[in-house]
Amino acid sequence: MSAHSHLDHLPAEPEKATLEGRNKILGFWLFLGAECALFGTLFASYIALRGNNMGGPTANELFDLAIVAVATFILLTSSLFSVLAVHSMHQHNLSKVRFWLAVTVLFGLAFLALEIYEFVHYVHEGHTFTSSAFASSFYSLVGFHGAHVLFGVCWIALLVAQLGRKGLTVVTAPKIYVAALYWHFIDVVWVFIFTVVYLMGKVG
Amino acid sequence: MAAHTVKRYTGLMDWLTTVDHKKIAILYLSSGLLFFVFGGIEALLIRIQLMFPMFNLLDGQTYNEVLTMHGTTMIFLVAMPLVFSMMNAAVPLQIGARDVAFPFLNALGFWTFFFGGILLNLSWFFGGAPDAGWTMYAPLALREFSGTGNDYYLIGLQIAGIGSLLSGINFLATIINMRAPGMTFMRMPLFTWTTLITSMIILFALTPLAVGLIEMTFDRLFGANFYNPAGGGSPVLWEHIFWIFGHPEVYILVLPAFGIISEVVSTFSKKRLFGYGSMVFATSLIGLLSFMVWVHHMFTVGMGPIANALFGIATSLIAIPTGIKIFNWLFTMWGGQLTFNTASLYAFSFIPSFVMGGVTGVMLALPSADYQYHDTYFVVAHFHYVIVGGVVLGLFAGIYYWWPKMFGRMLNETLGQISFWFWTIGFHLTFLIQHFLGLWGMPRRVFTYLEGQGWDTPNFVSTIGAFFMAVSVILFVINILITWAKKPNAPADPWDGRTLEWSIPSPPPEYNFKQIPLIRGLDAFWKEKMAGNKEMTPAEPLGPIHMPSPSILPFIMSVGLFISGIGFIMSKYEFENSFLISIFHSYAIAILGLVITFGCMVIRSLKDDHGYHIEPEELEEKGVKA
Repeated sequence: MSAHSHLDHLPAEPEKATLEGRNKILGFWLFLGAECALFGTLFASYIALRGNNMGGPTANELFDLAIVAVATFILLTSSLFSVLAVHSMHQHNLSKVRFWLAVTVLFGLAFLALEIYEFVHYVHEGHTFTSSAFASSFYSLVGFHGAHVLFGVCWIALLVAQLGRKGLTVVTAPKIYVAALYWHFIDVVWVFIFTVVYLMGKVG
Repeated sequence: MAAHTVKRYTGLMDWLTTVDHKKIAILYLSSGLLFFVFGGIEALLIRIQLMFPMFNLLDGQTYNEVLTMHGTTMIFLVAMPLVFSMMNAAVPLQIGARDVAFPFLNALGFWTFFFGGILLNLSWFFGGAPDAGWTMYAPLALREFSGTGNDYYLIGLQIAGIGSLLSGINFLATIINMRAPGMTFMRMPLFTWTTLITSMIILFALTPLAVGLIEMTFDRLFGANFYNPAGGGSPVLWEHIFWIFGHPEVYILVLPAFGIISEVVSTFSKKRLFGYGSMVFATSLIGLLSFMVWVHHMFTVGMGPIANALFGIATSLIAIPTGIKIFNWLFTMWGGQLTFNTASLYAFSFIPSFVMGGVTGVMLALPSADYQYHDTYFVVAHFHYVIVGGVVLGLFAGIYYWWPKMFGRMLNETLGQISFWFWTIGFHLTFLIQHFLGLWGMPRRVFTYLEGQGWDTPNFVSTIGAFFMAVSVILFVINILITWAKKPNAPADPWDGRTLEWSIPSPPPEYNFKQIPLIRGLDAFWKEKMAGNKEMTPAEPLGPIHMPSPSILPFIMSVGLFISGIGFIMSKYEFENSFLISIFHSYAIAILGLVITFGCMVIRSLKDDHGYHIEPEELEEKGVKA
């Protein structure tokens, strides 16, 4: 079956139409399983070390829930947009897919901007990567998540660009689906970061 | 239907660009054996240094480096690739698939492993090898107490680990999605089952290691404080993370060996594997328990009696599924028509050797007793019985068993059996006595000892054993060279095999199966043979076969990671040359490497790989040969 023959009628779920597509989706779920263990270890390190601030600012003094709440709102909403992109893909509406993916990218960028602002602010407060075990584990955990967001932003932007040239096919559909899965995963990790790092930092 | 012409390479370029699982198996095998020679030379140096009291072949620092590199090499650069070699050679064939789910990732996995291994070994030439033991315990491994060698360990293993993770995902997707019609989960050969469970363990064990390595890299290169007590860090955290990876790693290595033994024992007993269902159950249970026992490496850290007792019990529990396996192998042999050749000798001798490793394992699992054994040669003897007496014997059995399928040539039996006896005698001579050395008080990881403590003769005996093993390896290499010079002579089914890989020519054509076979039961090929058929019944008509295109990108991506690794490691080197300072201290090289790798990812995403088709006429021409 030639993958790029332009069918007038794509199957209802084009991402699962070929064995390659099904493999990709299964493989990506497995990859996300591995990512869970990765973030799990980073969380464990943070929980083990978060009390050791070595005289620097504590979590309670440092965190400002207002800005984090805005960041959370932005990221969770962006996840909705990626759902809408997949929904549009199932309706075979290419321009809508590209629109919603582009909006997802924009919200991802906004989240990153807020995170960078937040980190710069902390550094001015004397909370640097090398100042204590608490700081190292904080920047690693939150920074790893931020790096994942950055990777996702670049990836989805690349998708938006190539969709313009290639259109919606059984080759491009799994890519959209998998990118959306990745974006949801980043979102879920953030929910845990918000709880474990910020809320528990304020309360615990 | 558009015909895509795909450039097909020959010679060296063929090997650099291949995405064929059979060729990748050969790449894993040859590089694994190459590193095996390195690791073996390091082992011999260790044994020669300990041959006599107060001997000074190596000084303390060099000994630490050799010891660290021996352990690291043997685990990550020998056992892992050889396991992946066996999986790549056999699993797609055993499930009746034309390739793995992600051929491109398969190639990428190999090349990242290869360049990770090269990076690790480059440390010898740039300021000394890692020297804090293969467990890299902090704070000994941090910058304050050691040179630049440990950076090579951290980043080399990071790069090689990417490869293992990719292979794990790949085999899971392959086995779940690509089994031939009729190949239900409970009809899969046991080696495929152990590959499935092993891949799951890889998924959840390699990623914690990756995080641990990253954190220690941050500590060493960027001044973070994860494991540095002076900055509030916790050395015990490293131990936890390392062993959450480290203990499952043992099962990552030994479960595939169990699978190989199950195939070989059943084939050369001419019997169906006894207790197939219980074998599957035992494999899964070991996979589950492997994540619940890591603390038994840390009994003496001081976590208290409750933690120690719980983990001691969990560890002892593993003896139950392992015991199930041992008895099943024995009952498979019981009343079987046994054939004794090199492959089966390795497999049969695996059983008592591994039992001995298992028994000392249960002894070590008891926390109060462990306080006595801890950090002595008893532990060294134990894990060498598990790794050499278990994993390596299993791998040798697998190599002799599948060699005809991989290369189309039969290894020489006489030489094989001689090297088997040298290996087995040498192995027990080296390590049996180390149990007693440990009980007599000899600590591990010392580079020399005083005479008159009753350790002189046992150490001498142990070293003689190591030479026996070296002779065996030399004979094995000679065997490979002799076999290489011969014409391809292997029949499709040299062992009167039971599983699908023996139903196709040796070596198999690039598409494996001309027609995907229909599976009618466990031991699918045996079942057809018993029904009087010479071949498998096809499940599909003859048609064009879709193949993935070869690609150089996996190689370039791995080179990119390699360059980046060098860049990060050397960012802390003190150079005389101002040009070197400017390119390394500004991270220019490190970033360049990452740009290469990510650039290749972008190219891979933009350029669709349509592959190519092998038409039925071409299949007919090739079919004559079989």
